[in-house]
Amino acid sequence: MSETEENLPSERESAHEGAVGKTDNPFADPGLPPHEHRIQDIDERAARRSERTVALLFLVSMLATVAFIASYVAIPIDKIIYVFPLGHISALNFALGLTLGVALFCIGAGAVHWARTLMSDVEVADDRHPIEAAPEVKAKVLADFAQGAKESQFGRRKLIRNTMFGALALVPLSGVVLLRDLGPLPEKKLRTTGWKKGVRLVNQSTNLPLRPEDIAVGSLTFAKPEGLEESDEDFANKIAKDALMLVRIQPQNIKDKQELAWSHEGIVAYSKICTHVGCPISLYEQQTHHVLCPCHQSTFDLSDGGRVIFGPAGHALPQLHITVKDGFLEAVSDFAEPVGPSFWERG
Amino acid sequence: MSNETTATTTRRGQAPRGERIADWADGRLGIYSLAKSNMRKIFPDHWSFMLGEVALYSFVIIILTGVYLTLFFHPSMAEVTYHGSYVPMHGIRMTQAFESTLDISFDVRGGLLIRQIHHWAALVFLAAMMVHMMRVFFTGAFRKPREVNWLFGFLLFVLGMFTGFTGYSLPDDLLSGTGVRFIEGVILAMPLVGSYLQMFIFGGEFPGHDIIPRFFTVHVLLLPGIMLGLLVAHLILVFYHKHTQFPGAGKTNNNVVGMPLLPVYMAKAGGFFFLVFGVISVIAAVASINPVWAIGPYRPDQVSTGAQPDWYMGFAEGLVRVMPGWEWNFWGHTINFGVLIPILVFPLVLIAIAVYPFIESWVRGDKREHHILDRPRNTPTRTGFGVAWLVAYFVMLIGGGNDLWATHFHLSINSITWFVRIGFFVGPVLAFIATKRICLGLQRRDRDKVLHGRESGIIKRLPHGEFIEVHEPLNQEQLHFLTQHEQPEPLELGPEVDENGVRRKIKRTQKLRAKLSKSYYGEDNVIPKPTVEEYKEITSGHGHH
Amino acid sequence: MKKLSARRRHPLAALVVLLFALAVTGGLYAAFAPASKAQADDTAQSLAIKEGKKLFAVGCASCHGTGGQGTSDGPSLVGVGAAAVDFQVGTGRMPAQQPGAQVPRKRNIYTNAQIDQLAAYVASLGAGPSVPDKSQYSAEGADIAKGGELFRTNCAQCHNFTGKGGALTNGKFAPTLEGVAPKHIYEAMQTGPQNMPSFGDGTLSPQNKKDIVAYLGAVNGDKTATPGGMELGGLGPVTEGLFGYIFGLGACVAVAIWVAARTTKAKKS
Repeated sequence: MSETEENLPSERESAHEGAVGKTDNPFADPGLPPHEHRIQDIDERAARRSERTVALLFLVSMLATVAFIASYVAIPIDKIIYVFPLGHISALNFALGLTLGVALFCIGAGAVHWARTLMSDVEVADDRHPIEAAPEVKAKVLADFAQGAKESQFGRRKLIRNTMFGALALVPLSGVVLLRDLGPLPEKKLRTTGWKKGVRLVNQSTNLPLRPEDIAVGSLTFAKPEGLEESDEDFANKIAKDALMLVRIQPQNIKDKQELAWSHEGIVAYSKICTHVGCPISLYEQQTHHVLCPCHQSTFDLSDGGRVIFGPAGHALPQLHITVKDGFLEAVSDFAEPVGPSFWERG
Repeated sequence: MSNETTATTTRRGQAPRGERIADWADGRLGIYSLAKSNMRKIFPDHWSFMLGEVALYSFVIIILTGVYLTLFFHPSMAEVTYHGSYVPMHGIRMTQAFESTLDISFDVRGGLLIRQIHHWAALVFLAAMMVHMMRVFFTGAFRKPREVNWLFGFLLFVLGMFTGFTGYSLPDDLLSGTGVRFIEGVILAMPLVGSYLQMFIFGGEFPGHDIIPRFFTVHVLLLPGIMLGLLVAHLILVFYHKHTQFPGAGKTNNNVVGMPLLPVYMAKAGGFFFLVFGVISVIAAVASINPVWAIGPYRPDQVSTGAQPDWYMGFAEGLVRVMPGWEWNFWGHTINFGVLIPILVFPLVLIAIAVYPFIESWVRGDKREHHILDRPRNTPTRTGFGVAWLVAYFVMLIGGGNDLWATHFHLSINSITWFVRIGFFVGPVLAFIATKRICLGLQRRDRDKVLHGRESGIIKRLPHGEFIEVHEPLNQEQLHFLTQHEQPEPLELGPEVDENGVRRKIKRTQKLRAKLSKSYYGEDNVIPKPTVEEYKEITSGHGHH
Repeated sequence: MKKLSARRRHPLAALVVLLFALAVTGGLYAAFAPASKAQADDTAQSLAIKEGKKLFAVGCASCHGTGGQGTSDGPSLVGVGAAAVDFQVGTGRMPAQQPGAQVPRKRNIYTNAQIDQLAAYVASLGAGPSVPDKSQYSAEGADIAKGGELFRTNCAQCHNFTGKGGALTNGKFAPTLEGVAPKHIYEAMQTGPQNMPSFGDGTLSPQNKKDIVAYLGAVNGDKTATPGGMELGGLGPVTEGLFGYIFGLGACVAVAIWVAARTTKAKKS
C-alpha cells in the first residue's frame, strides 16, 4: 500500500500459495498430511491402559496431598535430617515441598497424558482474517469521528480548546506537589558526619576507646565516634556515614604527604564507605595496603592518600585527620569532604 | 429482552442444569458470543510456544505465594532484638522486616517452602520471559501484526526485573541492603537532582525508616498491578492475532493448524500449569535460596564479599563493575560518569532489542502481516543481531559475577574485568559475523539438499569402479519446507539522475535504508534458494549427484 | 600408604625422617631426663629451640634467612610469634612450594612436635603472639550471635557471610574457612597471615575472637544445617541463578517438550 513495498511480494499470496493442485511445481505446498491413528485410536486395550495411567496419576496426586497434610501435622518444624546429597536440611520443608510437588505434577501429568493419548489428535486448520478493517468500515468510523468532532465544535471554538488544554496540563501539578513531603531537603546532610574535633575513636568490636598501641602494623580496626551506640534510634543513618577503618602503615611507606600529616605515627583513618556507590569497602590487603570494594571492585591505595587504582570509583577515599589526646585516638575535625558516593553539588 | 424470556420459558424444566447456568450468564455477560470464536480456537503444537506459558504460570505462582507471604511479613524498619527460633541470631538487633522473614522461615510451618517457591518462581519467571523473548525474536514472530504485543512483552520483562529487585530488597538482609545502598549511589549520581531525589525516595538520609515500606508497596501493588494489566492485554492479543506457526505442509499465512482449545489445549495448557508448579515446588524442597539467616541483618557498615543481585540484574551489575572510574569536577559540581554511563547503557541495551522490530520493518519496507515463522537461518542479519545482543548480555553477566569467576577458575579479578571491557565491544561484532556465516552455510546446505537430495550414507560402487554416495531425493513436504521462504530483492534507490538529466534528491535516511536493506537481501547476505527450473534440470537428467 | 610411598622419594624425605628421629630421641630424652621439673621444662624448651633451629635451617632458611631475618624471597620472622608458625606450617602453607599471587593451603608435612619446635625457635627470635590454648578457641562460653555480628563487621567482607571465601585483587583470594581448625582460625586473626590484616587483642578482644570461632563452627561446620535444602555453595545469587536456569527452567522446558511432542502413531511413517 505504500511505495516502499515494490520489492516484496503482495500480502495475500506471498510464498504460500497453498496451491495443492499445481502439480508441475515440485516445491508447492502438498497440503496437510493425512491423519494417522495412534495406537489408542485403534486398539481399545491400549486406550484403556492410557485411561488407567491417567487415573493412577490423579490417584497419586490425591495420596500426595494426604501426605502433605500428614507431614504438616506430624513433622516438627525444627527437625533437621540428613539427606544425601542435599545436606542437613529441614525435614518439614523437604517433605512439604516434595509432596506438594508430586501432588501438583501428577495432576498436570495426568491431564497432559489424557490429552495426548485419548483426546482427538486430528489437526485442524482455522482460517485467519486480516486484522485491518475493510475499507467501508474504516470510512464509516472516520465519518463518525468527523461528525462527532464537528458536533462538539471543538475545532471552531479555539478558546474552549486552549483553556481546556491549559487546565488539563496544570491539574497533575497538584500530584507532583503532594510528593514534596516524601523527604527533607538535602541541605548539608550529605556533607557532614558524626566526627568533629575531640571525638574519640571507639573500637566497633570491643566498644572501647582506641589507643595508638591497640593498632599494630598490618592490623585492621573498625571505629565509630564515641557516643554512638547500636541501640540508638538513628544508628543506621549515622554509621552509614561515620564508619571508619584504621590501619597502621610504617610512616616511611606512606607516599602521600597530607596522609602522613593527618596520621598518628603511621595510624591512618579512612572512611569505610566507598566513593563509588557507598558499599562498606574493607577488603584490606596488609602487604600491598590496597583496599578493595566487594561490590564493584574499586581498589584504593591506603598508603597513597586513598587514591583509586582500579575500578569504577571516581575519587579517593576521604581521610579523617586524627591525633592523640590523653593516650586515646581522637578526631581533629570532621572529614574535609563528603564521604560516600559523589553527587552533583559535591564539588 | 423478550427473546431471552421466551427462550427461558420454553426451556424451563427441560434444559440441564449447566445449560441453565450458562443461559443465565449469557443473558448478562454474552458468553455464548464470546465462546463462539474462542472455544475451539486452534493452537499449533511446538515446545517453544510453551516458554511464554512457563512465564505466565510462574507469574501466577508468584502471586499465589506472594499473597501468602504478605500475611506474615512486616514491611517495617523499626528495630527489634531477635528472640525467635534461630539460635545463632539471638540478641541481634534487626529490623522488623528481617525478623518477620526469619519467623516465616523458622516459625511458620511451610513458610520456608512458600518463601523458596516464591523466590525460585521469580528466577524462573524472568528466565522464561527472556527465553520466550528470544524465541519470538529469532523466529521473527514480532512482525506485523504483533509489534505491539512484542512491546507489551518487553515491558513485562523490564517491570519483572524491577519487581524482582524490590522483592529481593524487602527482607532487609545484608545482601539486599547492600543492593539498596547501590541504588542510593545511583540516585545520587543523577546530575542536578540526585541529592534531592535521594532524600525524597529514602525519606531522608540512607537508609532511614521508609525505604522498605515504600518498596513493599511498589513490590506488591504498583508493579504487579501494572504487570497484571499488561499480561491480560498480552494474552488477549495472542488470542486475537491467533498463534504463529512454523512453516510446513498445509500451513499457510492464511491459516493456523493445530488442535482446538477445548479440549486438547485446555488439558495441555491447564496441565502444564500444574507441571510447572510441581517442578518449582520440588526445587524449593531440595535447593535453598536466599538463606537470609546465614546472611544476617543489614547494617550500613557491614558487607560480604560476593555481593550480587539476582541474575536478571546481573548484566547491569556487570556494566557497573567494569566501568572505569571517570568523574568530572567543574564549577563546584560533580558528574559521576562511573555510575552514570552504566546506568544509561543499561536501558539502551534493553531498548536496542525492543525497537528492533520497527527498524527491521522500516529497512525491509515490509508492511504485510506475517503468521508463518522464519527459520533463523533464512534471516542471517536478524539472527546475527540477536546473537550479538545475547553475547553482549552474557559478557556483562560474566562481569557481574567477576569475583566468583575469579575464585572458582583461579583467575584475577582485574584480568576478568579487562576481558569484559574489551569483550563487550568485540564479542558482539565477532558473534554477528560468525552467526551470519553459519546461517549462510546452513542455507547452502538446504539448497544442496533440495537439489541433490539427502545423503543416505549408502556407498555404491559403479560398474566402472567409481564409488558414490546415494542421495535420496526429498519428498514434496520437505521440498516445500526448505523453499517456502521469501527472498525479495534489496531496496533500490534508482538512478540519482533522471532521464532529463536532473539530479534527484535522495534523503540520507533513504540511502541508509538502501544500505541496510542490502545487508538483509543483498547478494552476499543470501544464498539464492533453488528455483523450480534448476531442480527440474538436475532431477530430470541423471539419477545421482 | 600410596601417598606415603610417593613421598618417600622426595628429596627432603631422608632429612625429614632424620629430623623426626632426632626429635623423638630428644623428646624421649627430655621425658626421661632425671632432673627436677622446672629444670626439665627449661631444658625441654631450649632443646625444642635447638631442634627447631635445625628444622628451620632445612625448611625455611632459604627464603627467610638463616636467622629468620628475612630475604628478598621471604619476610622477616622476628616477632611474628609462635602462633604465626603454628598457622603457616600447620595449614601446610609453609614451606611454600611455588611463587604465585598467594601461597595456598596444602597438606602439612610436619608432625605436631616438629611444628612446636619450629614455633619455639621462631618465638625465640622476638616476642610475638603465642599459640593459643584450647580454652581460648573452644566454643564453651562463647556468644555465637555476637560472633556473627563481629564476623560480619570484620571478616565477611573478604571471607563471605559464612566463610566460603572470596576474591581479592590480582588473583589473590580470601580462602574458604570450611574445614579449617578453630585453632588456626584463631591464629590467623592474631597474626594476619600473608595479605590478611591481623586482629590483635587491641582490635578484637580474646572474647571477640572466641565468639567468631564459635560462630564459624555453627554456620560453616560439618553438621551445619541448611534448612532450605542444598546450599549451592553458599555463594549467593550467582549460583542460585545458574541453578534456576539449568534445573528450574531446564525442567520446565523438558516437560514442555513432552507436552508438545507428537504422540506415537500406530504405524511408523
